[in-house]
Amino acid sequence: MIQYILRRLLQVIPVFLGTTLLVYFMVFALPGDPVRALFGDRPPSEAVIAAIRQQYNLDQPFLVQYALFLKNLFTLNLGVDFTGQPIAATLGRIFPVTIMLALEALAIQAVFGIAFGLVAGLRKGKLFDATVLVASLVVIAIPTFVLGFVLQLLVGVQLGWAKPTVGANADWGNLLLPASVLGLVSFAYVLRLTRASVIENMNADYVRTATAKGLSRPRVVMTHILRNSMIPVVTYLGANLGALMGGAIVTEFIFNVPGVGQKLYQAIIRSEGPTIVAIVSVLVLVFVMANLLVDLLYAWLDPRIRYEK
Amino acid sequence: MKSNREIEHFVAPVEETPLLATDTVKTDQAPLSLWADAWRKLRRRPLFVIASIMILLIVIVALFPGLFTQTAPDNGCELSNSNGGPSAGHPLGFTFQGCDIYARMIHGTQASVTVGVLSVICVLIIGVTFGALAGFFGGWVDALIARLGDIFFALPTVLGALVITQLPVFRENRGVLSVVVVLVVLGWPQMARITRGAVIEVRNADFVMAARSLGVSSIGALVRHVLPNALAPIIVLATMELGVFIVAEATLSFLGIGLPGSVMSWGNDISAGQQSIRTNPAVLFYPAAALTLTVLSFIMLGDALRDALDPKSRQR
Repeated sequence: MIQYILRRLLQVIPVFLGTTLLVYFMVFALPGDPVRALFGDRPPSEAVIAAIRQQYNLDQPFLVQYALFLKNLFTLNLGVDFTGQPIAATLGRIFPVTIMLALEALAIQAVFGIAFGLVAGLRKGKLFDATVLVASLVVIAIPTFVLGFVLQLLVGVQLGWAKPTVGANADWGNLLLPASVLGLVSFAYVLRLTRASVIENMNADYVRTATAKGLSRPRVVMTHILRNSMIPVVTYLGANLGALMGGAIVTEFIFNVPGVGQKLYQAIIRSEGPTIVAIVSVLVLVFVMANLLVDLLYAWLDPRIRYEK
Repeated sequence: MKSNREIEHFVAPVEETPLLATDTVKTDQAPLSLWADAWRKLRRRPLFVIASIMILLIVIVALFPGLFTQTAPDNGCELSNSNGGPSAGHPLGFTFQGCDIYARMIHGTQASVTVGVLSVICVLIIGVTFGALAGFFGGWVDALIARLGDIFFALPTVLGALVITQLPVFRENRGVLSVVVVLVVLGWPQMARITRGAVIEVRNADFVMAARSLGVSSIGALVRHVLPNALAPIIVLATMELGVFIVAEATLSFLGIGLPGSVMSWGNDISAGQQSIRTNPAVLFYPAAALTLTVLSFIMLGDALRDALDPKSRQR
């Protein structure tokens, strides 16, 4: 097991390096000067440009820049952004908000998706199943930003059940509406995945054995069918956590949530290279770590999977 | 000792019963292929029929918008009509700028569908090529392509798109092409993964072995024998991705990094409609409904195709 974790950790390294190198390259090495872009129409003096270049290591060759960036990333010495704010402090402020938002969305889609998917799967072909299947396709087809606006108008403004925008003080209650919007599309996928998986496992030999042994129906469903159906669902949820954090850009934009997505959007529009690469690097790290965690969860869900070799 | 006794038939000989027709293998006609079989199932599924008719309609609207509206969508906007309700010849009312919502909706189809179709074609070319090579040859080719795909896969779509569209090349000239490039760069690993899995399932089949032993080159075997038999999941994913890409284009246009405002598209119209959502929700509603219906058609088609083409899911 330890060996397996170590091997998986080693596999994470090339992905992390590749992705951050790609982003670093796109932000800093392609034509177009991020320093000059800072000043707009009024060109600054060469001395100012040189000083800024030195501060951000932009006077070094590309690979040296990238190596220095990695060193700074791992020593948590992220420097300051173009407005003089320390980037590390910014990250410390925005990441908890987005993690809260993503976890809440994840919880919503997991709980409702698995519950609806289980019931639909157990009643395959009945009215409930057919309704849920068509409804899930409709949910997948509605773009997040349309859904966001409509719910904001309906729930936030007209019914007044929730605050239409989140603003500075984000807590679990405030984030409920944005989290529902964020989680709804993946909710449909979780539902369909659970349903398909439940239907497949319902006719498995061990389910027949369990029923033949005289176990009650709820026990057969919960411990034999549901647990075995969770393997593809957990994979999807894990891969989804990273996507939720990255995909929160649109949701945070609509509901004015002071999180990673909003900050990243601002940073990109203002061409703040150092902030962009810092945020993206952390996001990629979260993404690959979430996938690693999923692989480890397999062992708990399915003891047949062995981690040797 | 051999008996000469005639054995009485208690059951009619098989030649005399209707069972013969059921039991014999019909050698004079070709067996039903996976595709013919799938087509027979699909024809009877309402989901498939509805989705196909809707897609046909959408394609006609995209190709010949003039058939559906004579109103010019961009010029001829009268500010005196700003946020006006439905009137004769203008069934859905007017936008904030006084443009005909219905005409804009019809003319916006083209951009969205073009982006979707072009992106899927490019993703198919790149993703299937890489996926097939990785699955068929395995070893270091597989490892290299898998890691390369992981790098792009680790970038969530909106995030990757934000970074890529800020490249100077794309910042200068935004348009259909830049959106397609973004979607393809971020979308090919998914297609490559599916293709790889499908190819691995087929590559050791007997007919591939037979072709190889008859002297077909490895690339020849891959193209002529393996790929045609691995097509089903690829087609299903491509159909669904078409819908996903159309949503992605709208999302990027909404964020201001997709199609430029001069191009008429549903994404741009929804983005514009967001400002007047409280005074005139129709401006946001109709392009959003058109977008949702289009995406729904493609996803429904993909869903029906998967049920028909995947024999495993059919047994259930």
